[in-house]
Amino acid sequence: MAERERYLTPPRRGVFVARAQVMTASDVRRALTRIAHEVIERNRGLERVALIGLQTGGAPLARRLAAILEEIDGTAVPVGSVDVAFYRDDIGLRPVLPEAVTSIDFEVSGRVVVLVDDVLFTGRTVRAALNALNDYGRAQAVQLAVMVDRGHRELPIRPDYVGKNLPTRRDELVDVSEEGVVLGDLVAR
Amino acid sequence: MSDPMSDPMSGPAADPAADPGGWPVTATRHLLSIADLGRDGINEVMRVTDSFVEVGRRAIPKVPALRGKTVVSLFCEDSTRTRLSFETAARRLSADTMNFSASSSSLSKGESLRDTVETIDAMGVHALVVRHFSAGVPWQVASWVSAAVVNAGDGWHEHPTQALLDCYTIRESIGADAGLEGLRIAIVGDVKHSRVARSNVLAFSALGAEVTIVAPPTLLPPSLAGWPVVVSNDLDGVLPKSDVVYLLRLQTERATESLLPSVREYTAGYGLTRERGALLAERALVMHPGPMNRGVEIAAELAGLPNSLVTRQVANGVAVRMAVLYLLLGSGADLGA
Repeated sequence: MAERERYLTPPRRGVFVARAQVMTASDVRRALTRIAHEVIERNRGLERVALIGLQTGGAPLARRLAAILEEIDGTAVPVGSVDVAFYRDDIGLRPVLPEAVTSIDFEVSGRVVVLVDDVLFTGRTVRAALNALNDYGRAQAVQLAVMVDRGHRELPIRPDYVGKNLPTRRDELVDVSEEGVVLGDLVAR
Repeated sequence: MSDPMSDPMSGPAADPAADPGGWPVTATRHLLSIADLGRDGINEVMRVTDSFVEVGRRAIPKVPALRGKTVVSLFCEDSTRTRLSFETAARRLSADTMNFSASSSSLSKGESLRDTVETIDAMGVHALVVRHFSAGVPWQVASWVSAAVVNAGDGWHEHPTQALLDCYTIRESIGADAGLEGLRIAIVGDVKHSRVARSNVLAFSALGAEVTIVAPPTLLPPSLAGWPVVVSNDLDGVLPKSDVVYLLRLQTERATESLLPSVREYTAGYGLTRERGALLAERALVMHPGPMNRGVEIAAELAGLPNSLVTRQVANGVAVRMAVLYLLLGSGADLGA
């Protein structure tokens, strides 16, 4: 949803037209369950793990992932969300406004933070999130979980956990929502 | 000093280039008057302020948003809280700040304001925060420079960031979603000489509040035509019916200007004394823009009560000014509308 909303803000006015359903709602749920197992395996438990969703698309995914982790392991991991507007490198080039208030009410220092986002594209949002996270403390390690990796990276960033690798054209849009993942185009009004 | 305006609410004409559209604030290059923002613009500032309040709570309350930008405060009138508040805001956004005060500059050697301002602008600054003792100076400055201009108080005319932080503070204490719709706000005191009153009347009424002005007749503006307010001079009657009581500072020199018989008589009629505190509705909020004259417009005991928002106003001032500077300098102003 986040990506679609961003593209709908001026000056890139347009309408998102869906072309293909890439993942169904149950595909997304299964991918989250697999990622949950991978997080537990990689970190040998959840003792120091915390999840931080990137606003706005990653925040609901982070909450869902935390619920699944608790189901599997019986451990409640802290969940936060971060809005990276003030850390972006395109401030001044386009309207960059915060979409939601950052909320991290646990100590970041010493934790393994798993950043969660819906779509990984250029990597610039993740770069901004790493900088933002640094202002909250020194995490022991930072890992990245995304539902869709659509390629076209502009920075040396790679995800640790991926729901689905999805080859895309640069001008396509990927929409992740409760109903699944949809590939589409932005059509001018 | 003569009254700078015959029609108190109109003031100097707004910048014709500032056409608030889909992006109310970002489409406005300057913040000169609350009227530049309108209801949507004020709400947009409030929304962005929420994010900066969170930044202020962090261990490192600083973001890199305005790196490489320079913010100059140009103060031709004494000020402590507004100047420090703007400077703190600019620094927390990682902007560079420069400080200019009239007394220690070439203005005191006789250089004209225009030459001084154009000199500063030529150094490549991005924002000028202007406080001046004459109404309309920020509009003049905006027409001379390429930088964004923020009005930090001009004469008796306007003080838009004070109004924004007051709206934010009220919204914060009654709940963000409630809005100011139907809220009964009394503004008490020297309305005639108050830029805070002018900006707040515009802002409160834009957000749907019902504003009552309570003042002695000598401290009312010569004309209230166009003001969306009710006027009263019976504070005891207004207090029980008010959700917010906003007290203005009484400049003690008003008594020597024979606008008032004496400061004590003002306090007897219009001060929020301890006895009057009992008339306040149970959840009524008390506000004051500072600096307070304790014992004149507000009793010392009342300034410290839990429903007094005075310190919240100061704390929120930094976050609101961060939002204003960010919206003017950081969010792609020329892309709007």
